[in-house]
Amino acid sequence: MEIPKIIGAGLVVIGAGIGIGRIGGSAMEAIARQPEATGKIQTAMLIAAALIEGIGFAALFAV
Amino acid sequence: MKIKTTILTLVFSTFLSLYSFAGESPVNSTVERDVRVEYGEFKNHHLLDNHSFKLFKYETDEKTKYVSFPLPIILWDNGVQTFLSSRFYFGKKVVEHNGSFYKLYHNKIYKTDKLGTINYDENDKVLNEMPLDFSITKNVVLILICLVLMLVIFGRMAKSYKNNPIPTGIGRLLEPIVLYIRDDIARPNIGEKHYKRYMSFLLTVFFFIWIVNLFGLTPIGSNVTNNIAVTASLAILTYLITTFTANKSYWGHIFWMPGVPVPMKILLAPIELLGTIIKPFSLMIRLYANITAGHVVLMSILGLIFIFKNLLGGTLSFGLAFALSLLELLVCALQAYIFTMLSALYFGSAVEEHHDEH
Amino acid sequence: MEKLLNDFSIGLFFWQTLLFVILVFFLRKYAWKPILNAVEEREEGIKNALDSAEKAKEEMENLNADNERILAEARLERDNLLREAREIKNNIINEAKDLANTEADKILTSAKEQINNEKMKAVTELKNSVADLSIDMATMVLKSELKDANKQKELVSEALKEAELN
Repeated sequence: MEIPKIIGAGLVVIGAGIGIGRIGGSAMEAIARQPEATGKIQTAMLIAAALIEGIGFAALFAV
Repeated sequence: MKIKTTILTLVFSTFLSLYSFAGESPVNSTVERDVRVEYGEFKNHHLLDNHSFKLFKYETDEKTKYVSFPLPIILWDNGVQTFLSSRFYFGKKVVEHNGSFYKLYHNKIYKTDKLGTINYDENDKVLNEMPLDFSITKNVVLILICLVLMLVIFGRMAKSYKNNPIPTGIGRLLEPIVLYIRDDIARPNIGEKHYKRYMSFLLTVFFFIWIVNLFGLTPIGSNVTNNIAVTASLAILTYLITTFTANKSYWGHIFWMPGVPVPMKILLAPIELLGTIIKPFSLMIRLYANITAGHVVLMSILGLIFIFKNLLGGTLSFGLAFALSLLELLVCALQAYIFTMLSALYFGSAVEEHHDEH
Repeated sequence: MEKLLNDFSIGLFFWQTLLFVILVFFLRKYAWKPILNAVEEREEGIKNALDSAEKAKEEMENLNADNERILAEARLERDNLLREAREIKNNIINEAKDLANTEADKILTSAKEQINNEKMKAVTELKNSVADLSIDMATMVLKSELKDANKQKELVSEALKEAELN
């Protein structure tokens, strides 16, 4: 029972990691394209990353 | 000047009231314990709440001595029962109080018999009765310190505005942060019309989380936001404020989503309703997990020093721990920011006015 | 999840909620409100100062423009006045000249007339008195000449002689 749970949690964490990575990368691109909007992009990035992070943690604690 | 004297008095009174006593257990010098197991226990112990404010321990020839000061235990067990935590001797003794016997076992207080026997069921669960524990634990003390600190700092800051429009002292440092929360968190997310109502909560929650997070990085030990109860309390407050200040349009969007066909409306209502609970839940988990994870990683890397026991490993883990501490310093502020930001976002959704019917 | 529930301490939850709510209320009363009000007041003050400075600048510009305009008007007025004065002066002089000329002419003509009249009168009187005198003389001469007959004859012959010469 334990091992599938752990694997599932690991998968969720991988997914969350990919998601946060994509958010970060896209934010970088956006900042490069529009440096004057850096503040807004960072805020949006942090919120989105925080939301995904929440899912990752929820998966970790579900184990 | 005044603040300096206040702090000095506080520090000195702390040290004067330092309470030192000898633990009962003799040093286990004969049995070589596995350092990993020992450190693992220490790490878990560090992350947990505690009934006494332990500063450090040292070992003499016969005994392990703890330097700590005791905290009051407040139990709800047929009326309020109070006594000092020093009577537990860190769980080694059974306390008799008002005819009942209490034992501290794995940081929890159980009602036992005179010998302090703990009964287990087949899943290693403790069967003993647990009285409701309202003790002033280490974390409560830290919360109290934070409360006093914030009242002093911000009270003084407010006072410094009385005579001149520019703050003096620490207000100069804090004013930009206060303004940042107002101008970059509250205003854009809640809206010009309603943001003032929420400013007190947002400012308090930001500085509270930040300060207790910073406490967690100091050697005094356990972190307040490392407890699910603390983050749950904060998240529930956010949820309650969102719920009680919400306007018609907010509830309209939850129970009867405008602009979609009726079957979808019926389908969306429970999802949206669940969403309102998931939001504060994720707030709670996020803060708790970020701080816990940071501490676990930091403690584990520090533990490598004791496991490697050589120059290279020690140096490496020290360097890594140092770098990680710097990162944690950022995370402290970042988590406070994100909690405040998301709270503001939820408040904003509660008071948002939808002029256009989709 | 089990670990989370196991870690959840009702006591800590209770204290955290209580202390945090107390903290919010106290800070709201003694810190956030005064701080935010002071900051807002300051911002308002700065905004007002900027606005009034802008307004003052505008007013100054208006005033300058007004001054300029008034000055120009005054200058124009002065020029007009001067021109008018000059015209009036010229007019007065011309009129006076004309008047003087006509008056002088009148006086001259009347004087001339009078002189003429007087002259004519004098001439007439002279003529009359000359005529009277001549008649008287002629009468006297005649009377004396014609007393003796010889003389009358001589005279007639003389007159005849003269008349033949003509």
